Amino acid sequence: MLNYLATFSGGIVFRFFRYLGEITLLLGQTLYLIFVPPFKGSRVLIQAKRVGPGSFLISALVAFFIGMIMALQMAYQMTKLSAEIYIPNVIAVSLTRELAPVLTALIVAGRIGAGITAELGSMTVTEQVEALQAFAVNPVKYLVVPRFLALVLMLPVLTIFADLVGLVGGFIICVFKLSISPPLYFTMVIESLELKDIFTGLFKTIFFGAIIALVGCHQGLNVKSGAEGVGLSTTTSVVVSFILIIMADCLFTTVFYFIFQV
Amino acid sequence: MIEISRLCKTFGSNIVLNNLNLTIPEGETKVVIGRSGTGKSVLLKNIIGILKPDSGSVKIGGVEVTSLSEREYNKIRMKMGMVFQGGALFDSMNVAENVAFVLNEFMSLDEKTVRERVAKYLAMVGLQKIEHMMPSQLSGGMKKRVSLARVLCMEPEIIFYDEPTTGVDPITADAINNLIVELSHKLKVTSIVVTHDMSSAYKVADSIAMLYHGQVIAEGTPDAIRHTTHPVVKQFIHGEAQGPITEDENLIFGHIK
Ligand SMILES: Nc1ncnc2c1ncn2[C@@H]1O[C@H](COP(=O)(O)OP(=O)(O)O)[C@@H](O)[C@H]1O
Ligand SMILES: [Mg+2]
Repeated sequence: MLNYLATFSGGIVFRFFRYLGEITLLLGQTLYLIFVPPFKGSRVLIQAKRVGPGSFLISALVAFFIGMIMALQMAYQMTKLSAEIYIPNVIAVSLTRELAPVLTALIVAGRIGAGITAELGSMTVTEQVEALQAFAVNPVKYLVVPRFLALVLMLPVLTIFADLVGLVGGFIICVFKLSISPPLYFTMVIESLELKDIFTGLFKTIFFGAIIALVGCHQGLNVKSGAEGVGLSTTTSVVVSFILIIMADCLFTTVFYFIFQV
Repeated sequence: MIEISRLCKTFGSNIVLNNLNLTIPEGETKVVIGRSGTGKSVLLKNIIGILKPDSGSVKIGGVEVTSLSEREYNKIRMKMGMVFQGGALFDSMNVAENVAFVLNEFMSLDEKTVRERVAKYLAMVGLQKIEHMMPSQLSGGMKKRVSLARVLCMEPEIIFYDEPTTGVDPITADAINNLIVELSHKLKVTSIVVTHDMSSAYKVADSIAMLYHGQVIAEGTPDAIRHTTHPVVKQFIHGEAQGPITEDENLIFGHIK
């Protein structure tokens, strides 16, 4: 039994690192090919349009409610200490540093990452990816690069909106339930937020965007067989993106905290 | 001229190509016949470099391509076109964009020229006024013809056809056969046609090669193949359920016991 567990977990660890290796390889190829002509900005734009407007509403909605929920949860604790006045600070800092970036990334992984895998996966099984190669077109350049750039550019933008909308959610509870005056709310938010809070939050999302694009494309391009394969790969894509995003987040938080003391 | 020698390709334990030798002289049409799953598509993909052979050599116009870098290979690929088995049309693009793919990707022509070329090559495969349709709206036969138009648009010197007449109605199939012959005669295109449609094979071939167990087991002019005494080839071209091929595989299908 123990032996079995060891083999089993050993297998998982091995596969995990092999997977990381494959993703890193794809990252290398993608970064290289970004700088190889031809440069087609229009393709990035098409992908960015798919990522941005479609995800904006849902990530804003989630951020809005998270802002409200946080204010209420804080109220429960802080009223006991008569420290309601600090609720805006907590909301502002935890939203911009942590919640908005991660939640936005998870939403985009579910929406866009899955979509990328399904699209590239069905292109793979219907020989469209091979057709690209036959026409002397590099599939990574043609398919991965625009999606990678679109996600890396759009995720920070979506996160900024999520930050703002989340603060509005907190505002509604603070002002209407906890009778903090609107000017005071804004003062507290602005005073508590430092540039580095916003920056660390946005900095992470660049990597989250890269993870979503690379995992989504990798899963899609490696679909083995038929419609079932596409379905399986799509599920895996979302699961793997989620895990890698959370792990990367933990890594960044640790690094920021211990090394840069921010 | 394409020279393939001692080409091997395996997938795991599945030996698909096993020391295969085949030569296609300049301007000729070679038809490769064989049962489904014998590796005809794999052979084409190895030549065009989508799959990498395990060993062996492929020379195209005297250049050994198996060891080329992707960039150098791409230069050779610009002269080759492949009509995929299922068409492999890009389903995010309409018919016109599919046909003009190479033009849009590698040349900067004005819109009018592109439109004219697209219409010209669509007409060549017997299609018109379908420029704005999406691949999902086309029948299997139409997809294949659009796929052929997309290849013709790059004006290739070499064309690979992967089962160009399979799943196409007999009249369209004959039109495609005629087109293959015409391309070969008028434009001196070197072609490999992979098929198990014997009437198509006889019609378009300068010579026919039979693929079996990863090797070419017989090769000759259409007439020679038609009158062959080779038992395996004979069973295949006459389409008989009984014979060495099915015995070899222990198949008894076609009978209820
Ligand atoms: N990419 C691949 N990975 C693994 N096996 C493959 C792959 N492509 C083809 N094969 C196998 O190679 C054999 C030949 O396939 P194929 O060339 O498509 O046959 P056909 O002669 O019908 O075109 C089949 O057994 C198929 O399962
Ligand atoms: Mg095939």
